[in-house]
Amino acid sequence: MAQAGGFSFDLCKRNEFLEARGMKGPGFTKTGTTIAGVIFKDGVVLGADTRSTAGTTVADKNCEKIHYIAPNIYCCGAGTAADTENVTGMVASQLELHRYATGTQSRVITAMTLLKSHLFRYQGHVSAALVLGGVDFRGPHLFTVYPHGSTDSLPFCTMGSGSLNAMAVFEAGYKDDMSKEEAMELVARAIRSGVMNDLGSGSNVDLCIISKEGVEYKRNHEYLQGKTYERQFPQRFAAGSVPVVRERVYDIRKAVTVVEGEPMEMES
Amino acid sequence: MLHRPTSHSAAIGPGPVPSLANPGPALEQQPRHAPQAPSCGSEAFCVDPQALSSSHPRQHTQYPYVTGTSVLGITFKDGVLLACDTLGAYGSTKRYKSFDRLRKVNDVCMVGASGELSDFQYIMRLLEELSDDDFCMDDGHHLKPAEVHSYLTRVLYNRRNKMDPLWNSLVVGGFHSGKPFLGTVGMIGTSYTDAHLATGFGNHLARPLMREKHHPDMSEEEAVALMHECLKVCYYRDKNSINKFQLAKVTKDGVSISEPFALETNWGFKLFQNPAANAVGTW
Repeated sequence: MAQAGGFSFDLCKRNEFLEARGMKGPGFTKTGTTIAGVIFKDGVVLGADTRSTAGTTVADKNCEKIHYIAPNIYCCGAGTAADTENVTGMVASQLELHRYATGTQSRVITAMTLLKSHLFRYQGHVSAALVLGGVDFRGPHLFTVYPHGSTDSLPFCTMGSGSLNAMAVFEAGYKDDMSKEEAMELVARAIRSGVMNDLGSGSNVDLCIISKEGVEYKRNHEYLQGKTYERQFPQRFAAGSVPVVRERVYDIRKAVTVVEGEPMEMES
Repeated sequence: MLHRPTSHSAAIGPGPVPSLANPGPALEQQPRHAPQAPSCGSEAFCVDPQALSSSHPRQHTQYPYVTGTSVLGITFKDGVLLACDTLGAYGSTKRYKSFDRLRKVNDVCMVGASGELSDFQYIMRLLEELSDDDFCMDDGHHLKPAEVHSYLTRVLYNRRNKMDPLWNSLVVGGFHSGKPFLGTVGMIGTSYTDAHLATGFGNHLARPLMREKHHPDMSEEEAVALMHECLKVCYYRDKNSINKFQLAKVTKDGVSISEPFALETNWGFKLFQNPAANAVGTW
């Protein structure tokens, strides 16, 4: 019987059997992460670190965790990287088609409802923990969406392995009606707290400020663990800095004959 | 050195033990207790007779019952501050709301514990015995904070090696020879010293704030303000905590443990008022 959607669990028993026999299942890239969001007077500031981990290795030192959903809605994602990217990409496409159909700006709760219904249908197997923020005609919104499909509407929230570290900064520093600069500084501090105190988070801080006027996407707003030395490529050595030990000049023209040829027969 | 009683009993394990814990010869000739009468409580220290018969393998501590949550510690210019709440939780229940988890060892040293509180009481008995020995010697010596830290490390590590751990994370704070001392010992015997420490949830919630704001020559006021901030955040975000804290300070003038106090918390942010206003179906 054809299934309309959801997962097919037909192969689970066979996989368990194989794993009992010693087969190692495929792993997945997780984003041990710190993501955070804060509502300020006129909008929302979202922040994220940029480290993507596969087990104990850093897979991507500068990945983008703040995903585009709509011109006025962005979403930070923690959990399995494939799940966050695909689920946010899917909802972004759905919202774009919806905008063409309705001719109006997307609402943040629409994105939230699409995400939560999808995640609930997959019962937590789609491991995406999201911080969704945006500004629509009703004002600024900030939601957290959990992998099993529950959501919270909050003035400040954090997700990911560094969430407690970032939340400590928020609990100590959040105020009602912050200005944009105060909110940016608070979110940057929170992400920095995650980067410095959590092994799963690292590298740099990305910020995204959404307000009625538009979106400022500050990719790599702060470089926290930049390389102290960047090697130039190609390497340039100043003339005279390298001693010449031996010099040999080959004239290749002596060894090569240039002949006019016919084009090769290709199959049409 | 005062004689320290050792035990070779199968029931409580070999090695030096607090004097009260030494099973006397009378133990082996105990009258067989009727099943209804509990064997504990009938004598000052009584071992379950079942444990002396090795009919089944002896099980050791697998999990804690009455627990304390995080302990925070920071050094400042003139000493060390320790702080924690006064809750003894029984699983998810807030069972004992006035439990002192910060205790004085002697005039230069104090200890705070999280984890199983009965094991902490046993540890305090060991430390009190040592302090009492020093007092009886009457030569003006007392245990230095680093010595207390080292002693506790050995006790906890040795229990871990017997696969019967004392289920605690301890923080030792002291002030000796003009320098503050702050160290921690974990339940498996992990031990280290640092300028600021925390156990349990405090590691995730309080340490980041301490890393941002701590510096070794903080004044006492700055240190107390930082502690209050950390305690507040721990209370907001740790389920097993209450708004009743104690602050313990050790300086060259000795150890002082404050009376329990509460911190002002703010639950009235504007955007908490009606979170579902624009998002029907959330909570």
